[in-house]
Amino acid sequence: MTRTLFDRVWDAHVVQELADGVALLYVDLHLVHEVTSPQAFAGLRREGRTVRRPERTLATVDHNVPTSDRSLPIADPIAARQVSALETNAQEFGIELFGLASPGQGIVHVIGPELGATQPGMVIVCGDSHTSTHGAFGAFALGIGTSEVEHVLATQCLVLSKPRNLEARITGTRAPGVGAKDLILALIGKIGTAGATGHVLEYTGDAVRALSMEERMTVCNMSIEAGARAGMIAPDDVTFAYLEGRPRAPRDEAWQQAVARWRTYRSDPGASYDARVELDATKVGPQVTWGTTPGMVADITSRIPDPAEFATPTEREAAARALEYMGLDPGTPLEGIPIDRVFLGSCTNARIEDLRAAASVIRGRHVSTRVRAMVVPGSQRVKAQAEREGLDRVFREAGFEWRNAGCSMCLGMNADVLGPGERCAATSNRNFEGRQGRGGRTHLMSPVMAAAAAIEGRLVDVRAW
Amino acid sequence: MVTPAPFVRHRGKVVALPRANVDTDQIIPKQFLKGIEREGFGPNLFFDWRANPDFELNRPGAQGASILVTGPNFGCGSSREHAVWALKQYGFRVIVAPSFADIFLANCYRNGLLPVILPEPDVTQLTRNAENGAYDLTVDLEHELVSDDSGFSARFSTDAYGRQLLLQGLDEIGRTLLEEASIAAYERGRG
Repeated sequence: MTRTLFDRVWDAHVVQELADGVALLYVDLHLVHEVTSPQAFAGLRREGRTVRRPERTLATVDHNVPTSDRSLPIADPIAARQVSALETNAQEFGIELFGLASPGQGIVHVIGPELGATQPGMVIVCGDSHTSTHGAFGAFALGIGTSEVEHVLATQCLVLSKPRNLEARITGTRAPGVGAKDLILALIGKIGTAGATGHVLEYTGDAVRALSMEERMTVCNMSIEAGARAGMIAPDDVTFAYLEGRPRAPRDEAWQQAVARWRTYRSDPGASYDARVELDATKVGPQVTWGTTPGMVADITSRIPDPAEFATPTEREAAARALEYMGLDPGTPLEGIPIDRVFLGSCTNARIEDLRAAASVIRGRHVSTRVRAMVVPGSQRVKAQAEREGLDRVFREAGFEWRNAGCSMCLGMNADVLGPGERCAATSNRNFEGRQGRGGRTHLMSPVMAAAAAIEGRLVDVRAW
Repeated sequence: MVTPAPFVRHRGKVVALPRANVDTDQIIPKQFLKGIEREGFGPNLFFDWRANPDFELNRPGAQGASILVTGPNFGCGSSREHAVWALKQYGFRVIVAPSFADIFLANCYRNGLLPVILPEPDVTQLTRNAENGAYDLTVDLEHELVSDDSGFSARFSTDAYGRQLLLQGLDEIGRTLLEEASIAAYERGRG
């Protein structure tokens, strides 16, 4: 019987079948952050339990940390208590922590790959929905709740009903100015925010093979926005080249053996999927969201849709409600919509290639006087790399704020938030009501599109710019 | 985790929130995720929406409701279990919707909150009933049946493992720890 990439990784991790389709699954890597873990550690302590495999557990602080001056104490006492709780928990349970002062600190989904801790064929979990990012390496990586975090800490296993297989085949050559973010937004627009619920999305096709490792992470990162349990891309030479020499990657003979094993993580020719969807990359232009779900998205050259034109009453009501929240009228061209803020950051688009791409667009130009723009690198290592390349100077000279690493305004848990009514061009992953700040209005797009919008003070088509 | 009480059957008042894609950011906004406890989320459920006096949960008839009837893809977005804690601590025991997000479902099963998936026409019917005045439903997990006093009755099906967690109020970690021999054997087998 043929198997998919996901079937292979699943089969290799079943410790025990508990019932039909339900398995106790072994977890290779557990990533932990400050927001979804304190109640889990408290549960362990209450029951007198320990962390079964601390060496398979990595912690960092990202969601709740300031991105301003790191030499100052955290101003918000409640946030400070949560950060310090993780420090205490990591120490007590013997878990490695990349704390606020560490050069290795950063968004959990940026530092896992950066360390080479994320590897093909693994099962990876984290109390964060964007754990799907790590699927770019051919890992089965999924977000879990805090009760499950506690379960994994105590047992190194997760109980899971096996999701179904969904193939997303993306073919053709992208046009210049069209990036990984545009492909995934277009796919979500096509299948909807619940289009992949109950499934693992495997991205295949020549357009996927042509993506760099960081671009693959952008695609897999947003799998959850299509409702998928996880996103996966079979590993290949691009994957291995990215991993070779990273601190946690195998070395020498172990490296050769690992690569040989990793090459077996792929779908059989003619493997059977429960569902399939296709996307023609040649027909995708730069994408911009107009509403309050990532599925409410359109090509930059289009106009705000009329809610009346949607197929079902539920969709019509959702679109009307979204436009009211976003302060937009049907028929308005997306291009030209004025913006107040720009956020270049998040686990979707704050890696070094994203910063290089954005910098290349703004070099020698200046941010519009009506815009406040910030760059929040995905990790302190990304930040340091960008500074070695002089990108920080490009951003600062153009009028961007150059900040320290964290989730920042993607979810606005720290001080980086939108004010009511402020409109933001963001490279993050969610445009939900109030996500970036109560009353804030978010338009999701690629780094080059957000950078161009910062300069012009309005949404523009980066291809014509 | 805190082992929840078993969920077998519940009768309670219904409130309808007829919206699609209600995400966990709406259910419990980020500013309430900074704590290190599992308690205290109920008062902040739907915090931003509750600022509007006309919001469904603010209406006089909605007070004391324990069954929420809502739109498709409920609980999408962030994995924050705080969303389930907030719903439960507010007083909800059952959420009825045409579909739910996967991580939200997993979180429900582990907290004694029952997600009931019904076809969209049934959900529309229940929404109308609830909007027309005081309306109670009985939800029976053992028989997977939703019913009212006026003849509405619909079967649903629940993920087998989730159903077991809910019905038994299981200490899941304690149970998995009984599999220690299998876990250790698996680890040895991988070298």
